[in-house]
Amino acid sequence: MIQINNLTKSYNRFKALDDINLGFDRGRAISLLGPNGSGKTTLIKSILGLVIPEKGTIKIDCNPVSSDCSYRSMIGYMPQIGRYPDNMTIEQVINMVKELRKDCTKYDDELIIGLGIDKIGNKTMRNLSGGTRQKVSACLAFLFSPEILILDEPTAGLDPVSSELLKEKIISELSKGKLVLMTSHVLSDLEGLTSHIVYLQDGKLMFYRSVEELQDVTGETKLNKVVARMMQYDLPIKNCVS
Amino acid sequence: MKTIIKYVSLDLLRNKTILIYTALLAVISISVLNMDNNASKGLLSLMNITLLFVPLISILFATIYFFNSIEFIELLLAQPIKRNKVLLAEYTGLVLSLCAAYAIGVGLPLLILTKQVAALVLLVNGLLLTLTFSGLALLIFVLCKDKTRGIGIAIVISLFFSLLFDGLLLTFIYSFSDYPIDKPIVGLVALNPIDLSRILMLLQLDVSVLMGYSGALFKKLLGSAAGSIYAVVCMMFWVTVPLLIATLKFRKKDL
Repeated sequence: MIQINNLTKSYNRFKALDDINLGFDRGRAISLLGPNGSGKTTLIKSILGLVIPEKGTIKIDCNPVSSDCSYRSMIGYMPQIGRYPDNMTIEQVINMVKELRKDCTKYDDELIIGLGIDKIGNKTMRNLSGGTRQKVSACLAFLFSPEILILDEPTAGLDPVSSELLKEKIISELSKGKLVLMTSHVLSDLEGLTSHIVYLQDGKLMFYRSVEELQDVTGETKLNKVVARMMQYDLPIKNCVS
Repeated sequence: MKTIIKYVSLDLLRNKTILIYTALLAVISISVLNMDNNASKGLLSLMNITLLFVPLISILFATIYFFNSIEFIELLLAQPIKRNKVLLAEYTGLVLSLCAAYAIGVGLPLLILTKQVAALVLLVNGLLLTLTFSGLALLIFVLCKDKTRGIGIAIVISLFFSLLFDGLLLTFIYSFSDYPIDKPIVGLVALNPIDLSRILMLLQLDVSVLMGYSGALFKKLLGSAAGSIYAVVCMMFWVTVPLLIATLKFRKKDL
């Protein structure tokens, strides 16, 4: 569904992404992992067309993302930091996005109701806590039932109840055969959610494997231990890219 | 695009800075226009206030606003909307509210308290300066990655056009006073939107002598109709060129 070839991006001398080749299929829940500054957000933003790559191509359903912006109607994006105009109310933000997406008339408001966003619709964005803003971002990402969900640190800043609710929502979307691409530093949050792991370091792809394969190779079951083992030892799988 | 403009201006019309700006302009306009029976004097003072504050406030407020909206712009760009549309919609929403502030703060008192054509020229001038300096702010936002540096550049640009440029121009005039430099100066003045709008006003008010050397020069060189058209055309360039460069550069900007 998403095909990335030879993607390279550098900021001045710093290589944020170095010759990345990846392919993501429907029904997969892919976790992008890596230390701070490893290029996770740059990769996500390249897919969204927010960052313009120097080299390489990104194709979604065989259409290059650089040619046309209509592919973005297939994507629901939840940014790492959601900031909205101060004096807009939650309701206005949601209505605005709905008005912008006239192509879509069926809305998925499960999260809006589940997270209680509908009850605080007239609050202005300025008065919201970071977590509540995060909830609004989550609602917007799922609003149009997109085929691809790109979630940048989705559970960061959410309370445990909301975080669980969001995870359940992600699982239910996955069961509908959608592609979910997410980053998180809290590996326990990704437990039971993720099917594949992409590990980036210094802009280079270290490995892209399914969780089962990684568990087999490392002999560990917990996700954080699996990843830690992968990082400690120079396992033969490390440089393999599927 | 209309949707974004609508929501951006709805947000900004409730912005405290815009409200204070409007109120401040209104208080200044009413007090200045009531101070003397001669409306021309009032207009002249109001012109000076406009030339000093409108560029500074427009460029500073707009720069800060654009940099603060970066996450919001990202969110909009994650929707199937073209980059340029998002950028221009943000710009339009912003200038609509800044222009509304000027129109209410200065335009209304002018309409009520004076009956001169020059009042209309002052209003148009203020609006054009708002458009120009918001456009420059947009360009700063597109070219700069860092907010603090962007605000610094915005301050330098507004000081350059309101203070430094005239100083440099005068130095140029004095240094080359032995040569026929009248025409080059007309060309040079076009490089400063604040000077252009001063000329537009002076040609209306017939008080160019009050404004010193460059004002008198303009009165002599440009007369009225031709001078006004020249100044307006140059001002239009000042509105459109920064916008054009900003939209071109924004295509390749990393967010």
